Amino acid sequence: MATKLKAADIVIVGLGWTGGILAKELAETGLSIVVLERGKPRDTNPDFAYPHVHDELKYAQRHELMQDVSRETLTFRNNSNETALPMRQLGSFLPGEGVGGAGVHWNGVTWRWLPWDHEPEKMTIARYGKSALPEGMQLQDWGVSYDELEPYYDKFEYLCGVGGKAGNLGGKKIDGGNVFEGARKRDYPNPPMIQTHAGDLFEKAARSLGYHPFPGPSANMTQSYINPDGVAFGSCHYCGYCERFGCEMNAKASAHFTVIPLAAAKKNVEIRTDSRVMKVNLDSSNKRAESVTYLDAAGREFEQPGGMVILAAYALSNVHLMLLSGIGKPYNPTTGTGVVGRNYAYQIGSGANVFFDEKTWMNPFMGAGALAMNIDDFNTGSFDHLKEGFIGGGGISTPSAGGRPIGFRPVPPGTPGWGTDWKRAVVRHYNHTLAVVNQGSVMGYRQNYLDLDPTYRDRYGRPLMRMTFDYQQNEQKQANYLADICVNIGNAMGAERVARRGAPQRYSIVPYQSTHNTGGAVLGTDPTRSALNPFSQTWDVSNVFVTGACSFPQNAGKNPTGPVGALALRAADSIKRYLKNPGPLAPV
Amino acid sequence: MSDHEGMRRRDVLKGIGITSAAVGIATTAAPPVLTEAQAQTPAQEPPHAHPHPPERHADAADIFRYFTPPEAATVTALVDTLIPKDDVGPGGVEAGVPIFIDHELAGAYGRGARMFLNGPFAQGTPQQGYQLPLPPADLYRVGIADLNAWCVKTRDGKRFDQLPVADRAVALKALEAGQAEFAQIPPRAFFNILLQNTMEGYFADPIYGGNRNNAVWAMIGFPGAIGMYEEDIEKYRNKQYVVAPKSIQDLS
Repeated sequence: MATKLKAADIVIVGLGWTGGILAKELAETGLSIVVLERGKPRDTNPDFAYPHVHDELKYAQRHELMQDVSRETLTFRNNSNETALPMRQLGSFLPGEGVGGAGVHWNGVTWRWLPWDHEPEKMTIARYGKSALPEGMQLQDWGVSYDELEPYYDKFEYLCGVGGKAGNLGGKKIDGGNVFEGARKRDYPNPPMIQTHAGDLFEKAARSLGYHPFPGPSANMTQSYINPDGVAFGSCHYCGYCERFGCEMNAKASAHFTVIPLAAAKKNVEIRTDSRVMKVNLDSSNKRAESVTYLDAAGREFEQPGGMVILAAYALSNVHLMLLSGIGKPYNPTTGTGVVGRNYAYQIGSGANVFFDEKTWMNPFMGAGALAMNIDDFNTGSFDHLKEGFIGGGGISTPSAGGRPIGFRPVPPGTPGWGTDWKRAVVRHYNHTLAVVNQGSVMGYRQNYLDLDPTYRDRYGRPLMRMTFDYQQNEQKQANYLADICVNIGNAMGAERVARRGAPQRYSIVPYQSTHNTGGAVLGTDPTRSALNPFSQTWDVSNVFVTGACSFPQNAGKNPTGPVGALALRAADSIKRYLKNPGPLAPV
Repeated sequence: MSDHEGMRRRDVLKGIGITSAAVGIATTAAPPVLTEAQAQTPAQEPPHAHPHPPERHADAADIFRYFTPPEAATVTALVDTLIPKDDVGPGGVEAGVPIFIDHELAGAYGRGARMFLNGPFAQGTPQQGYQLPLPPADLYRVGIADLNAWCVKTRDGKRFDQLPVADRAVALKALEAGQAEFAQIPPRAFFNILLQNTMEGYFADPIYGGNRNNAVWAMIGFPGAIGMYEEDIEKYRNKQYVVAPKSIQDLS
């Protein structure tokens, strides 16, 4: 029997980037806020102390900072003809757990998504007509344009101390920056990162082919930085332990040392860790959330009433909680009706491994999570993609994110996986190889979705969420086209050998690809196609707001944390308006 | 290998109650290589046999905690086949990989502490990933038993570790190709985890028992846990960066 607690004005579920941003921004209202985080408390010191945090086995292989799937996982199948089976161990993506969430172990790549990514339906139909959309593709707009989000992108960049070079300042294109980006009002708060030899080779090769290379936007600090909230950041050591690790220097922006301590310092904010939310409880009309039920570290059940609830967990967990709680109608792929679970998407990868002679030194261990040279010449909306037979595109880059050797041991195709010949190849190529990679967009499709599994249950007796997802021809064409571009860039570098990596035949949940899961509770202006209105508010239960990458109607050729942060900052403003006059912020 | 390391390894074998002569751990890493006759010595210790007290105690860190002595012999031979000692660099056995695997299996990882092991269990597609009800420690126990039973049946009554070195590689290739006939589990499930853990132990920080003396990091030119390159990244651009690798222990 749940112990009923004293009501709070606002209950926030999850304490990563978006929960932290909302707790900090909404604390200004003076209203009482309770934040429930399923994982442990943690801080830079002592949790990420040097040298102990430079431990590839513990953090990268054994997933110390990630979701514990023995407690909560999902089931997966490629299509609805298969029986979904549990993800029994982490692989393809790595949701976080604990204070700071996945924003502790991210790389720090902080994009603004391209204008096309926010309004792909409008822009595609305007350019190519409605007949251009392939069967089953559910392309749709956010209801929030790039220009509307621009002030929040700007705010998030300054919060995070992003280093980069503007390519479009107020419409003026600047060589050396990303000339394909949407217009920005001001430059990044910090200069770009120092490039590696690999980045230099990419830049020269891309330029020689007529492309527009630029340094990637990085929340790894390129100098000491104090953000507008007065939070101090250290300068990045280029240690190469970013992705899957916490940063001992506070040189990688993370909610755990920025927005979260600022929220926690407020008297009206209470953070409870080891508090795992089981569901949101609605009133008898299913129109209003009354409370959330959660378990503490000892397994005791509590009911936390609240005037409003914000779901700020990982993208997949938010959708799971909505399905478990009956917030919004579940999506049905047969009828195409319902909205929760609709338009789940991922990304598609392809590229080239580029092998050099032994006089070319990459020093792959010197790097940072977001250190990369990029081109957007083939990203969403930058080129005539339909002429090449697909909708979408991808960001092409040469990242220098570190050379930790359990994970990074490039060898040419045909090399045995073990034995003396394998060892000789590892030694030969470790220091003399780079990758040119495509991070490809994936659109929403009628047949790719999330719902509740009919068979499997988690440790707490709740149905697991079921993921039904596979790559479609449109994305495979895109990834193959961009793989050829990657090969051309590799060849232009003067390498000994370039090994192409084409599109995957099927999506597999086994190898790590990216923690860029999107959709399932998407933004939009049409309640029959979106779970959220353009203000991150659920259409059906107006006192529930939802943040995170589950809001994106399709996935882009870029990392999602930039728009995730920007949308959370915008949601905070929307919620402040809501609090003055509770009710739907958009007409239903 | 130095004399010291050779001594130390022999102590380890004594410490776990086996000697090369008793169960035949022939590795490319450490002499003595067994003769055919020695290799065919019966595998099982007599019941209730107690090893002679060792003349010197082995380092506690070198004691197998999970594997039985015959299992340790099998895993040692497997690791030695996957990463032999050669002119390129350290062998997996001298790097400490069998001890690494054993210690991983003896702890939370081995028990599948962070795996979802609720039923029902069904064989899925390759895209759905691992679906056996076995956490890693159990997977090794079953896999080693299956491997040795298959070897005994198809290779003149010899267990894997009793095979001549060249024959081990042939057997392992069959295992990798899924062509070995295992009684209980798909052979590739065992091969995959064995290869993964072998690579982890070989390349991980030495605090876990493998990559002894940072020798594997030195072989590929990885500086280890140091990670202070703000000043060097420009200075060494397209130049070799030579530094003695440091482990977490070295920096602590």
